[in-house]
Amino acid sequence: MRRGLRWGGRTALTLVLAMAFCGSWLGGHGQDLKSFEQRTTVKVLPNGLTLVVCERHDAPVFSYTTFIDAGDVNDPMGEGGVAHMFEHLAFKGTSEIGTTNYAAEKLALVKVEAANKAYEVEYLKPEGGDKKRLAELKDAFVKAQAQAYKYVVPNQFTQIAQANGADGLNAQTGMDETEYYWSMPENRLELWAWMESSRLADAVPREFYKERDVVMEERRMRVDSDPVGRLIEQFAATAYVAHPYGRSDIGWPSEVGQITATEAMAFHRKYYVGADIVVAVVGDVDTKTAMPMLERYFSRIPGGPKPEDMTTVEPRQFAEKSVVVNEQTQPFYIEGYHRPSYRDPDDAVFDAISDIMSNGRVSRLYRSMVEKEQIAAEAEGFTGYPGEKYPSLFAFYAVPLPGHTTAEMREAIHREIDRLKTTDVTDAELEMFRTRARADLLRGLADNQGLANSLAEYQTRYGDWRQLFLELDKADKVTKADIRRVANQVFVASNRTSAEIDTETSAAKSGGGR
Amino acid sequence: MKSLRDCAYISLLLPGLLGAQQSKPWEKIPVPRLHEFKPQQPVRIELKNGIVLFLQPDHELPFVSGSVLIRGGSREEPAGKAGLIGLYEQAWRTSGTQKMDGDAMDDLLEAKAAHIETEGDEDSTSISWDSLKGDSDQVFGLAMDLLFHPKFSAEKLALAQQQEAAAIVRRNDDEDGISSRESAKLVYGANSPYTRQPELKTIASVTVNDLEAWRDRTLKERLIVGISGDFDPASMEARLRAVFDPLPRVAPEPKRHDEFTGPAPGVYFINKDDVDQSNVQIVALGPDRTSPDVATLAVMDEILGGDFVGRLFQKVRTELGLAYSVGGGFALPYDHAGMFRVEVLPQSARTVDATKAALVEIAGLNTRPFTETEVTRAKDDILNSFLFRYDTRDKVLAEQERLEFYGFPADYLETYKAAIEKVTIDDLKAVARKYIHPEKLAVLVVGNEAEIKPWLDALQLGAVKRVDITIPGAQVASGTAGK
Repeated sequence: MRRGLRWGGRTALTLVLAMAFCGSWLGGHGQDLKSFEQRTTVKVLPNGLTLVVCERHDAPVFSYTTFIDAGDVNDPMGEGGVAHMFEHLAFKGTSEIGTTNYAAEKLALVKVEAANKAYEVEYLKPEGGDKKRLAELKDAFVKAQAQAYKYVVPNQFTQIAQANGADGLNAQTGMDETEYYWSMPENRLELWAWMESSRLADAVPREFYKERDVVMEERRMRVDSDPVGRLIEQFAATAYVAHPYGRSDIGWPSEVGQITATEAMAFHRKYYVGADIVVAVVGDVDTKTAMPMLERYFSRIPGGPKPEDMTTVEPRQFAEKSVVVNEQTQPFYIEGYHRPSYRDPDDAVFDAISDIMSNGRVSRLYRSMVEKEQIAAEAEGFTGYPGEKYPSLFAFYAVPLPGHTTAEMREAIHREIDRLKTTDVTDAELEMFRTRARADLLRGLADNQGLANSLAEYQTRYGDWRQLFLELDKADKVTKADIRRVANQVFVASNRTSAEIDTETSAAKSGGGR
Repeated sequence: MKSLRDCAYISLLLPGLLGAQQSKPWEKIPVPRLHEFKPQQPVRIELKNGIVLFLQPDHELPFVSGSVLIRGGSREEPAGKAGLIGLYEQAWRTSGTQKMDGDAMDDLLEAKAAHIETEGDEDSTSISWDSLKGDSDQVFGLAMDLLFHPKFSAEKLALAQQQEAAAIVRRNDDEDGISSRESAKLVYGANSPYTRQPELKTIASVTVNDLEAWRDRTLKERLIVGISGDFDPASMEARLRAVFDPLPRVAPEPKRHDEFTGPAPGVYFINKDDVDQSNVQIVALGPDRTSPDVATLAVMDEILGGDFVGRLFQKVRTELGLAYSVGGGFALPYDHAGMFRVEVLPQSARTVDATKAALVEIAGLNTRPFTETEVTRAKDDILNSFLFRYDTRDKVLAEQERLEFYGFPADYLETYKAAIEKVTIDDLKAVARKYIHPEKLAVLVVGNEAEIKPWLDALQLGAVKRVDITIPGAQVASGTAGK
């Protein structure tokens, strides 16, 4: 459930790359760890920011990912969605980009904040505020925005990027992190470094309240007007009682609808410091000449200590919980079990279970529910929802075929889980998991953007991009006994949250009928 | 608000008027000459029987992948069997061959992290494969077996029919699915080969015989074979010739003659009372890619619908905050007339505002002058990122296969690029006059009637026509547990 600045963002790379790697048959094609070590340079700047540069000279292009180790899990109470709001703000320009007169604009923006504050104080009064007073304050707020807007050159930041050949320009905010990325012709490397470091160091809360409306539309599109979106939001909210993984990732309407530019900028000040940022560049780059230039630009980002981690720990669940939503739409079933974070020694065991249960037409859920019993159109399990950095969920979902029920989905999933608990997986299944993990990693290396994302992610999560390659040692060590042990520990009723859509009978009026 | 909006345009289009930015530091950053780059073109081999082979070696990674593109797709399926190709693409692969059934093939391939997949499209079907180099001979052999000797199984067809039935009964669950499907029907007609939809009845009527007949018919067409990855070109050519040379000569393809009238103008509505956001599609009939105006249309599309920079995005999203998702343009398919489509997704209560704003921008292509700044920026956007159409060998190969399939010249991308460089404001004006006809647009709204205030008659585009999307033969509420 990541959200991008635009629609249709890519899926989480971690699904493919969280699986690990072993160097054994990487030789021969310059794609082993050794060859990567020769082409990849890491530099930690005095402000704490990490640069990772990987040379790949196939075409005169490069891709980058800026990976911020902060996401919506870091949203302060009452400000759900602020990490994502800031991500949108990061496209609004700087004191040099997107303004005709920053000195004057800055003053006007201070007035916008004051006007919004005055309006908000009245609006949030328990009885809803005085109508006449509210109208006046709203009017003053709109006028203040108009004053500030006079100095705006709209979308100039993205216009410069796109006019210079930026491809796949986007960003996404997850629970754990915020990522910014695009690809460009290699001769724009310095221009990019200037732009990227500018917006990280010198963001301006321009057009904030218009953008908040845009984000409210994004919420309506992804959650409120999508039956499965609505269900999943309730699913996570029910599974968690304490940890912020249970909060709406885009923000509850009353929170994201009230976020202020001041709050978004406070989030930026706290989390957009060097120690929280990794920038990875992959492509037709000469490290020797590029590194000093990159260093010069990215040193502009403030230093300071890494912000303290979120410390709330989800308490152990002791009873099954369930959500049943009646909708006009067709039925859908999902259930999740709490699992430890990505740092747990069993992390690779969950990857193995996910692969064996869900990957392709040989997977257990496909073979049993889709092919043999013929009760589901789709059935899969996946790990690491809604994030990975903190203890998260391993989830299973199924889409029933016409005439079949959510209860049948649940029973069938439980049959497959029981099999996992009572009988060892086969040697062939385990070997297949390892082989596919290796091949998937290898296939991912050919794509500059995918590689930049992976390098930045692994550098952030493990403090060393090499872990991308080394992870598979862990995968190779997963045993049949591990899988049974973990299944028995984790996939138990008291650790389960289920959510389902049941079809409202009133839908009969718009349908055909038996 | 009015004056505020005008200011935005002035500052965007004519930054000079409102007091220019004191400095534009980005213009001072040097942009060196781009490193020399000649994309590697695949080797093209035309066999005596008319079959075309493309070889694109790439030794970076130890994989070999390939595909065979076969003419004929869903637009040619019989109306009474709509959905045939959707079933064919699934059952072809899942059935497998006489030598090895689909399940055994899955086991073998997945253990090697290899893939063979079959696909069905509007105008073609295809088989593709992909494996590590060490397995590539075996996987190629399997793929050829599946291409020439599939054994369609009644059981796998039934499985595919169930999957398709699930998709049919769910097709009205998703607002976006409804709007893209129904807006295309407005443009091409509900029974056009491009829009007729599979129904429970039509998919149930498909038999194994139909699948076999389809295979027999399409395998006689001119195949296009492409191989990329870590292989030796000479021995690969020999291997492909051994397979494809003995096939009989293919017959020349008749040209398609599709006739479309375009939508009946006006406002159409589909109610969905479980949403709080409307999905608005503004559509018309547009030209195909053989049009002499494609380069100008591409520039106009960027000006109208480009992300961040286009007039729609600037106005509806950035300036008015009315939608997260807004954009559109001409589709320009290779061999039949395409759709002009603008999409905007506003909250229910702002449906009329957002639709009006989008319509103003569309009409504005004829009334609000294109500026030099706008045109330069649109051309820069397209030209400076043009590189990303051929920055990998796989992209170059895919482009050549596409051009071959539709009978376009191999240097199409180059001439297209050169044409974009030459587009002028006068060209844009002429093309807008030729293709933008506000009075011919159809507006489809999918949304929550109770929340859409003001109602759609405020658009003043005539009586609102309601579209019935009832699914023939679907059971209702069948999935509720224990009810």
